[in-house]
This record gives sequence, C-alpha cells and structure tokens, in this order.
Amino acid sequence: MATSAVLVEAAEPDFYHAATKHKGILSWILSTDHKRIGILYLATMLVFFFTAAVLGVLMRLEMLTPGKTIMEPQTYNTFFTLHGIMMIFLFIIPGMPAVFGNFMMPIMIGAKDVFFPRLNLFSWWLFLAGGLLALVSVFLPGGAADTGWTFYVPYSVRTTTNVIPAISAAFVLGFSSILTGLNFITTIHRMRAPGMSWFKMPLFVWALYATAWIQILATPIIGITLLLVGLERLFGVGIFDPTLGGDPVLYQHLFWIYSHPAVYIMILPGFGIVSEILPVFARRTIFGYKFIAFSSLAIAFVGSLVWAHHMFTVGMSNTGMFVFSFLTFLVSIPSAIKVFNWIATLYKGSIELEVPLLFILSFIVQFCIGGFTGLILGTLSINIHVQDTYFVVGHFHYVMFGGMGFALFAALHYWYPKMFGKMYKKAPAVVSWFLLTIGFNVLYFPFFLLGYLGMPRRYYDYLPEFQTLHQISTVGSWILFTGLVIMFVNLAVSLRRGQKASANPWGGETLEWKVPSPPPHENFHEVPVVTTGPYDYSKYEHVVQEAK
Amino acid sequence: MTSSVTAVAQGHVHRDDVGTKLGMWLFLFTELILFGGMFIVYAVYRFKYPTEFHLAATELDTLVGTVNTLILLTSSLTIAMSITSIQEGKKGLSLLLVGITIALALAFLVNKYFEWGHKFAVGLYPGSPELLNRPVGEILYFGLYFVMTGLHGLHVIIGAVVLAVMMVFIAKGTVTMHSFVRLEAGALYWHLVDIIWIFLFPLFYLLH
Amino acid sequence: MEHGEQQQHREEAHVVSYGRLFLIWLGLVALTGITVAFAGINLGNWIIITAMTIASIKTLLVLNVFMHLKFEDRMFRIFVLVALATLLIFIVLTFFDYAFR
Repeated sequence: MATSAVLVEAAEPDFYHAATKHKGILSWILSTDHKRIGILYLATMLVFFFTAAVLGVLMRLEMLTPGKTIMEPQTYNTFFTLHGIMMIFLFIIPGMPAVFGNFMMPIMIGAKDVFFPRLNLFSWWLFLAGGLLALVSVFLPGGAADTGWTFYVPYSVRTTTNVIPAISAAFVLGFSSILTGLNFITTIHRMRAPGMSWFKMPLFVWALYATAWIQILATPIIGITLLLVGLERLFGVGIFDPTLGGDPVLYQHLFWIYSHPAVYIMILPGFGIVSEILPVFARRTIFGYKFIAFSSLAIAFVGSLVWAHHMFTVGMSNTGMFVFSFLTFLVSIPSAIKVFNWIATLYKGSIELEVPLLFILSFIVQFCIGGFTGLILGTLSINIHVQDTYFVVGHFHYVMFGGMGFALFAALHYWYPKMFGKMYKKAPAVVSWFLLTIGFNVLYFPFFLLGYLGMPRRYYDYLPEFQTLHQISTVGSWILFTGLVIMFVNLAVSLRRGQKASANPWGGETLEWKVPSPPPHENFHEVPVVTTGPYDYSKYEHVVQEAK
Repeated sequence: MTSSVTAVAQGHVHRDDVGTKLGMWLFLFTELILFGGMFIVYAVYRFKYPTEFHLAATELDTLVGTVNTLILLTSSLTIAMSITSIQEGKKGLSLLLVGITIALALAFLVNKYFEWGHKFAVGLYPGSPELLNRPVGEILYFGLYFVMTGLHGLHVIIGAVVLAVMMVFIAKGTVTMHSFVRLEAGALYWHLVDIIWIFLFPLFYLLH
Repeated sequence: MEHGEQQQHREEAHVVSYGRLFLIWLGLVALTGITVAFAGINLGNWIIITAMTIASIKTLLVLNVFMHLKFEDRMFRIFVLVALATLLIFIVLTFFDYAFR
C-alpha cells in the first residue's frame, strides 16, 4: 500500500518510552493506549491460558488408566469445567481481537487509537475481573463448578458447587467482549485513513469487523441466559425447571444461540490472520480479496442460524432438526471458499518458509480436519452415534486449538517484532512449531477414533478397550506441552536477548509495517494517505518472473 | 458514553458525534437482544400454555399498566423535547424537561413498587406456596412477569441515573447548544427503556 | 465514511420541533388506547398479532422521530434492521423446534 506520508521521526520514542500521565505499573493498567492495552490482555491471557493448559495436562494424566489415576471423580468434573470456562471465555474468545485487534487494527487503518480508548481500558478491567472471579470460584466454599462449561440445567440449578460465581464471571467477560466489539465497529467505520475505502482495508480488519457484529448481537443472549440460571438458583423462578413447567431444552436453545456464533467469534479473526500472513510469505497478493471479505460476513450471518446442531439428541422436532442440519451444511461453504482462496494464493507464489507461515500451514490442515468432522457431526444420522462422545471433543479441539490456537501462535510470531522491537530466534521457534504440530495431532486425532468407538465425553472412567488410544493421546499432550514451553521461553528470552527488529522484517505491505518497531505513542507522525490495496506485491512480480 | 476525539497530525482536535452516536446505538442493540432473549422464553411458554397465561394475566391490573405506559410515553416526549431546547440554547428549559423525565421515571417505579407489593401481599412471588399450588403455566407466567418487569425496572433506575448525570452536564455547561451528543446518547437509552415497555405492556397486561 | 469527510465540523443541522414531538406523542397515546380497547374484544389468537402490530407501529414512531433515526445517516437504519432481523431469526428458528413437536 503506497503512502505519501513521512512516517517516522527517528528521535520519537516508542510507546514503551513515551511520556505518560502515570508512572510505573499505573502507566500500564491506567493506560488508554490501544497498544499497551493489547499487551495487558496478552500478559493476563497467558496466565489464564497456562493455568487452563495445565488443567488439560492433568486431565490427560488422569485418563491414562481407567478408574482413578491421580484424582477423584469430582475433581475431574471441576477440572474439565474450569478448563473449558478458562480456555473459551478467557483465551479463545477474547484472544485475537483483544490482543492483536487492539494492538494492530488501529495502525492497520491508519488511526492513532480506537474510537473509545477509555472504554477499551474498561474492557480490559472487566476481562481481569471476570478472570479473577472464575479463579476465585474454585476456592470459595462449595468448590469449583462441576457442570461443564455449558452449565446445562437442571444440574446447574441443583448442584451445590459455585455456579453463581462461575456464571457471574462469564457474564462480566461477555460484557468485556461486547464493549470491544462496539469499539471496533465504531473505529472501523469512523477512523479509517483518507483513501482507505472498505475494499482497501486489510482482511484482518474485515475479519475483526464481522467478529465485532457477532459480539454485539449474540453475546447478550448468554448474558440473559446465565442471569436466568442465577435467578433460578436464588429464587426458584421455574423458567427452566421441568417440575414447574420449564423446559431444559429451552435453556440449551438460548445457550447455543450465543455459543455457536461464539465459535465464529473465535475463528473469524484466525481466518483474518491467515489472509494477512499468506500474501507476505508467498510474495503475492491474496487471491479473491472480495470473496474472502464477504465470506467473513457470510459466516457471521449463516453461523447465527445453526445453533441447534448441538442439540440433535435432546428431543427436538424432526422439522427443527432437518432445518438446522441443512443450515449447518450451508455454513461450511464460505469457510471452504476461504480455504480455496488461500491455496490459490500459495500456488506459484515465491514461498518464504518463515515461522508464521509454518503455523499457518498447520492451521490450514488442522482446520480442514476440524471442519470436515464438523460436517460429519452435522449429519443427523451420524450425530446420533457420536454426539457427546470424544468425537465432538476431537472436532472442537481441531477447530479451536488446531485452528484458532495455531493462528494465535502464527500471529504472535508474525507481529512479535512489531510489538516488541526484537526478533526471536528462528531455530527454537521452528522446533516448537514442529513439536506443537506433532503433539497436537497425536493428542487429538485419537479422539475421533475413541468417539467413533463409543467413548463418552466428560467421563472420568472408561472401559479397558479404550485405554491404548487414551495413552497415545496423553503422550501427545506431553509433546504438545513441551512445544508450548519451548515456544514461550524462546519468545520471552528474545524480549531481552533478541536482535533489534527493523520496521519491516517480513516485507509486509500493510500500514503497521510502515511505522517503527515498536511504534511510537500515536502510531503515525502524520495521518497516512492510502492509494493502493493492502497486498500490493506487484514490485515482486519481476523477481518471480526471473526465477522461472 | 462520552464523545471521543480524533486528532489530526497538526494537533487540531475534531469531535465525531456521529461516531459517538453509532457507539450508543450499538449498545442499544445489545440491550434489545438481552430483552429479546426473555421475549423468546415468553413466546415459547405462551405457545405451550396459552390458557394458563390468559388466566394468570387476570391478576394484573390493566389500569396501572396503562397508566405506567402513558407515564413512559410522556417521559420519552419530555426527553426528546429537552434535546430540542438545548439545540435552541434554552438551558433552563432543557434542565426542566430532563428533570420532568426523571420525575416520571420515579412515578413509574413507585407504581411498580405498589404493584409488586400487592402481589407479594397476596402470596404471589417466585417460590411461594400459593404460586406453587397453581398450574405450571401460571407459575411460568408469574416467573416471567417478575423477571421481565424486574429487569425492565432495573433499566428504568439506570436510565434515571444516566439522566441525572445529564442534568449535571447541562448545569455545568459540559452539554451545550454546540455540544450535546452526550444528552442525545442518554436520551437514546431512555427511549429504549420506553420501547421495551411498549412491548411488555400488551404481553402481560392485555392478554384477556 | 473516511476520516477526511469528517474534517468538517458541522453543527447538528436537524432540530425536531416541539410541535412534531407533541403530535407523535398524541399518536402514541391514541395507539395505546386502541390496544387497550382491542384487548376487551374477544379476538382469540388474533389479539397477539394485533397487539404486536400496534406495538411495532408505536416503536417505529419512537425510533424514527424521538430517537431521530429518520434524520440520521442511512447506515443507522440499516443497522437497526440488522439487529431486529437477528432477533426475529432467533425467535423463528427456535419455533422450528417448538411448533413441530
């Protein structure tokens, strides 16, 4: 994207060293600078992520043998509940928008911050409060919630564990998510630089825009639903109580009306980062820009119509089930369109196998596996057999972790030099990628087999015939965790010891690569004027031609 | 939501009132969907228990409901008028109109207080023995009644507080003839509270 | 809409007159009266459709005039439609289950 602005004064300090109203830690936790807020989210999120990951590793240890291995059944129930709550509400849903959306999006559109900077800070405080509330719920009398992250009634109303703190945490986190979405929509509509029409926006911004609409329109439903569960527990209102005429299936409808679109909140920004990284490391413009942009909106829309595919075995009407199964098949189409366009972008590109691209390649394969198994689950006749088995658990880990998780790792390695001004060492990063990919697949692929063979999910105990696959899977978790540790240690050590990074180490064409690494406080010295699209690699065309 | 500032390189500061209003409208959408979830629950249970809903609705006082509707409709008028008056530079009139809006809100809440009080007095509240004796359709009706009017009442209180803050802004000169997007935002919130009641009223009070 | 277009700092051009606001209020009060009157007639299942239709008309009045939607940028109206359509879809699809059980 050609710009006509002089973008940097060498003497201007980066945002870490800019003059601030407060000093010390207050200059961070009271900062309204979108870049600092993005890093605040990253730091707090990593704490929650690692806690939840450790819970996962411990769960896999327990599943090494049938019966008790290292913990009691009740503990296991609280572990998978907390693992789900933390990974979903504290990591994957906020993840990409809160960290990279906050840090990068304003720069990518040529703005100096988001539209409501103070609201942005408030969003982070809500995030922190929600996370602490979730952790505190573990230690209050009554013990951690054991309902699963889905809080299904009637159990969530009757269990004596700390459901109310847990759902309050989810409520607060939902509010944080809503405010971020509100901020992003307003920012994208009102603060784009002169010349940046909608179709000159980077695709990551399109992805964040579509995501923000889901955040606004879907999240309030989970708010009201969890509020009702709380009221039910406190006052016995009866709305979901079958003995009082209530319908537990109605709870599930309301729960999934949010929680299905929520998975698109999770994955759409991941799709966005794929569309950012591929052009840079294939040295060519993205194939089918408008298709990818519109498919994000299509996914947001159609994805809001499919929620009851989580409920095929609960006793809905046949008509309802046919409609939702059909709509579920439909939602795969825009996702597939993206995959085709990505492959086409790579085809005959001048490939640079840098670390971000490695993670994206794993993403594409793993997301496709996740997506295909989603179609399998959406098929009514098959769903009867594999619903509530490990097959489902395999499916969603492939899309959420193998997909979105890996996209986050890719984004981390892509934007690291911009955010921290340093470059990490490539060798350990490649090793970590390798271990993560191998570990991930060894951990989760057996889940499809286990589920197909009949192993139910959320079960502490199991028949001996499932043990071998469980053991293979647990070994995978160790490889995966090792990869995680190496990756984060490499990134952490490089903060101090890494080489200083230039403004544009990867040769990207979007606006964030036109400002220093790290950027100064207001991002740009002058408002940039945009004249071309975001993936203009025409200057490299001659290189590709000569190489043939 | 306070108006935000987009600065341009020359240090020249611009306000974007359209953007601020956009932010407020987006927030209103979330409130719409929040109450919308309750409307979904209402729709399903009314579909399942139409007779019991009719029966239970006879316990509500249509007159009080109608009066409350008129109170809120009038309050929407007065807050809308307060914007017209601030645009005309009539600070005192604007203050008065916002004040009347708050007074109407309080009147609504007083009515609600007595309505609920009367229900409690005859033993109609969630979990009460009297209620649990009734058919499940009626239990659900009253459960929905208390939750939905309660949630709405909470929003009336929040709205009244927001409007009180607006009065402070007008008095102090933060909101003026040339800069009143805050008041507009507060008014938008208030109108939404009115719209929710416009739907609640017939669904609970006019069933028979 | 781009940054450049917002460079002009325009005053709020449109003022809704007290008279117009009052007329809308009268309309709202009248419609309320009609709803209450209809409730007295035994319309069976039609009462809900009638009541909801009248409520929707009242809402349109509040949205367009009191909330200024008619005089705002077209984008706002599109967004309101999107939000309402979303809620409608949630209700309709839920009833694909309940209406056919």
